[in-house]
Amino acid sequence: MVTYRPEGLDDAFTRGDGDVVGASATAPRPGAPDPGLPALGLVGWLRWAWRQLTSMRVALLLLMLLAVAAVPGTVFPQRPQDPAAVVEYLDEHPGAGLWLDRLGFFDVYTSVWFSAIYLLLFVSLVGCILPRTRVHLAALRGRPPRTPRRLARFPARGEGASADPPQAVAERAAVVLRRGASWLPFVPSYRVDVHDEGAGTWSVSAERGYLRETGNLLFHLALVGLLVSVATGQMLHFRGQAIVVQGTGFANVQAGYDTFERGAAFDPADLEPFTLRLDEFESRFDPQTLQSRDFTAYVTVTEPGEEPQARTIKVNHPVTAGDAKVYLQGNGYAPQVTVHDGAGELAFSGAVPFLPEDEVYTSRGVIKVPDVSAGQDQVGLVGYLLPTAEEWVPGWWRSADPQPTDPMLVLSVWRGNLGLDTGVPQNVYRLDESRMEKVTDDAGEDVTLYVRPGETVDLPDGLGTFTFEELPRFVALDLRHDPALLGVLVFAVLAFLGLAASLFAPRRRLWLRLAPAGGDAAVGTVVDAAGLARGDDVGLQPELDRVVAEVLGRQATSSATGATTGTATGTATATATGTATGTPADRPDRDDEVPDPAPGPGGV
Amino acid sequence: MDQQTLAQVSDLLVWGATTAFTFALVAWTIELSRVAEAAQKASAPRARELVAAGGAPVARDAAVAPAAPVPTGRSRAEGIARSTTLVGLVILLAGVVTRGLAAGRWPTANMYEFAVVGVLVAVAVLTVVQRRRTIAFLAVLVMGIAVLGLALALLVFHVQADAVQPALQSYWLVLHVGVAIIATGVFTVAFGTAVLQVLRDARATGRSHLTTPWRGGDGLRRWLAPLAVTGPRFAWLEQVPDARRLEALSFRLNAVAFVLWTFTLIGGAIWAEHAWGRYWGWDPKEVGTFVAWVVYAAYLHARTTRGWSGRRAAYFVYVGYAVVLANFTVVNLFVDGKHSYSGL
Ligand code: HEM
Repeated sequence: MVTYRPEGLDDAFTRGDGDVVGASATAPRPGAPDPGLPALGLVGWLRWAWRQLTSMRVALLLLMLLAVAAVPGTVFPQRPQDPAAVVEYLDEHPGAGLWLDRLGFFDVYTSVWFSAIYLLLFVSLVGCILPRTRVHLAALRGRPPRTPRRLARFPARGEGASADPPQAVAERAAVVLRRGASWLPFVPSYRVDVHDEGAGTWSVSAERGYLRETGNLLFHLALVGLLVSVATGQMLHFRGQAIVVQGTGFANVQAGYDTFERGAAFDPADLEPFTLRLDEFESRFDPQTLQSRDFTAYVTVTEPGEEPQARTIKVNHPVTAGDAKVYLQGNGYAPQVTVHDGAGELAFSGAVPFLPEDEVYTSRGVIKVPDVSAGQDQVGLVGYLLPTAEEWVPGWWRSADPQPTDPMLVLSVWRGNLGLDTGVPQNVYRLDESRMEKVTDDAGEDVTLYVRPGETVDLPDGLGTFTFEELPRFVALDLRHDPALLGVLVFAVLAFLGLAASLFAPRRRLWLRLAPAGGDAAVGTVVDAAGLARGDDVGLQPELDRVVAEVLGRQATSSATGATTGTATGTATATATGTATGTPADRPDRDDEVPDPAPGPGGV
Repeated sequence: MDQQTLAQVSDLLVWGATTAFTFALVAWTIELSRVAEAAQKASAPRARELVAAGGAPVARDAAVAPAAPVPTGRSRAEGIARSTTLVGLVILLAGVVTRGLAAGRWPTANMYEFAVVGVLVAVAVLTVVQRRRTIAFLAVLVMGIAVLGLALALLVFHVQADAVQPALQSYWLVLHVGVAIIATGVFTVAFGTAVLQVLRDARATGRSHLTTPWRGGDGLRRWLAPLAVTGPRFAWLEQVPDARRLEALSFRLNAVAFVLWTFTLIGGAIWAEHAWGRYWGWDPKEVGTFVAWVVYAAYLHARTTRGWSGRRAAYFVYVGYAVVLANFTVVNLFVDGKHSYSGL
């Protein structure tokens, strides 16, 4: 049985596998509970463990483990994505939740076990790719294997006759084989050797498809590069979110962010102190479905030492400022309000972002009024902004449209201590009600304020007055800096190209034997040809047919009969040998064995 | 024609294609049973001969005579099946094009469109695979999935043809989603081939759990026994290419689909970088795509690992395809994430 083992493919990674007859039969298998084995030292065990780790079977196992381990991340809420959902889950499942938390199920992708799996996988990958690379580099300088004595056993076969002497035919064959594809004429397709076999017989051996293995190695090495780039990015990145109200600005210092997170190796002092100002915000919605259609933020960016520049930010179109990319991630309304306290003093004035909760921008927010005159209660106003207010049932209001055609604030009033001086960080969108009480009217009903822009209303209980001045917009911007981005992209693209090459570049060997025809005439040649490919390769026989036809100077069509005979015999022979001897027990590693015969006409 | 009428025309065309595919499914099923019957007639005497000669009937049969004498030429059922498939394909293509025109954009923005275009690709791939050799079983399987997919799309996933929200306004809608759909379509046919491969292999090895008595629940076994892959019902399996060729075909399709899936993954990351400000965030859809990718990578490794090639490798295809389907249905419908673009 013919085995095809292109150099560098056979043992480099089956060696440790304990699979392949040649390599592993001689190497002892320390794992086997064979009482006759000599005791292994620590080094022996380490070597054994390394062989196991870099074996294909363990790689397979680790891949499947990785797939399984990734799943809980979609089943359980994850802290980095949705911390609130995790808190909620812990509340609902106090017992199990605690254990799940300890085991890292709420942050799967940085958990010890998930990391262990992918790190082991990459160690295994490096361990099996490096030796392979070495072998392949040697193979790249090698020559095609000499023409085997018997060509009859190969899966692709061809034959023919020529009136020219064998040497001339051999040289012509070499030219045909070296010529590149029609669309890549200067890249030789086959590496070719011509041999003088004596007694007037010549042969040609040719090999192509080193790209296949090159691609495979490139792919695996690029995965390592990808992992390293991602990790580098994790170290050096920062990301922050800032809410910027129309007409106001944002300065790129850590204190300017609402949330800020950075890699261990990024120093916040390195933030470039540019400023960004939101001039205008435009939104468009579908009039029927009220779905969003377009968001555009017009901003002015001022880099240190430069003139201010007008820029626009859209979803899918971030701008670059400093060394950060600025993304438009959200938008909403920030009512501009003024509160005077019971003594008539200005207690609060500012734009307060209300966070939209649905498609029609029903937005929730809290206005905290701390700076009241001495002796008075602090005030908290909690409620909704309705961009287009509509009373759908008497006493019940809702928003009918996301655009601010008829905005209204609907607020309930709290008095007491806002708890701002307790030292505990506060959520600006929540009211801490523990030391406050809701203001009710004489009948004991909750007091609700309905205020439109330009209106001023009295706060109950003589707490002062409240004015809704106007309704500017705000945008939520994400700022992100990741110097490894280009590396991530380059390695991903390399991995893709390597993968495509390793799966689609055919690896083939062709041989032609050119024997003198019928002794005495001494001219004329009998051509005998064979081909072998790695893996299943439907294109092998057609390629051999083409080569033989070109060598004989025939047109492809006129060679049809000859080629078909070749196909028929070749298929028949290979089928017979393949099925008769190819019992599973003596099969070598799958891809290295004789490939399937190229299917005959009408085949798959 | 205004947009709304166009959208209605599109829906009608998709309904039309569903009908055509249903006819095709029936015709393919008839063709399958015809092949089965013919195979049974052909194999019965031959099996007897072999038994008389002392061989294990089915195993030998498969090994030496992969291409048993089949009624050659196309049957009427096959003719009808082929033409209705083709008609359905053309109508469906028209439906997709009108949908795109009605919405004023590339028609791959929600679950409905994804399912419809995915079915289009799967049936197109099927047609290409069937060009040279008819595999009725594969057609039945793929057409079954196609009809189911279209019915689900029309009845459950359907949304109005419309423009899309800002995050989707990008050429990546064409590249990322388009390639994902094509990959899914190719995976579908590859899955069908892998199913066929395992059935064929099981019949060739001639062992079935349904023929030997079970320790418990033997009544159930007897009830299921007619379904045994070694039984007469599956005689048609002898007409399909042998397991190794099916494996090769399944591999070729899976390899193409895997490369496309890799592109989907990378393209998705690039798009996420533009739209969401990070290239990877373990969003449920990202996780699903990653898991499917890893499973198919494991499949490619299994194929080259001794003891895992052949039938066992096909099991990876089953798992991988299940993940692809779950990633489309479960993740879109039941899991919250950034990919909630189904419009439902
Ligand atoms: C991050 C983990 C890995 C991933 C995602 C991965 C992915 C892939 C993919 C997609 C292929 C297909 C290309 C082809 O079939 O030629 C492949 C091939 C291959 N991989 Fe990996 N791989 C990983 C780890 C490993 C490890 C640890 C080993 C060694 C133990 C390994 C050895 C191989 C080999 C030898 C092939 C070529 C098979 C062939 O020649 O057909 N891979 N890998």
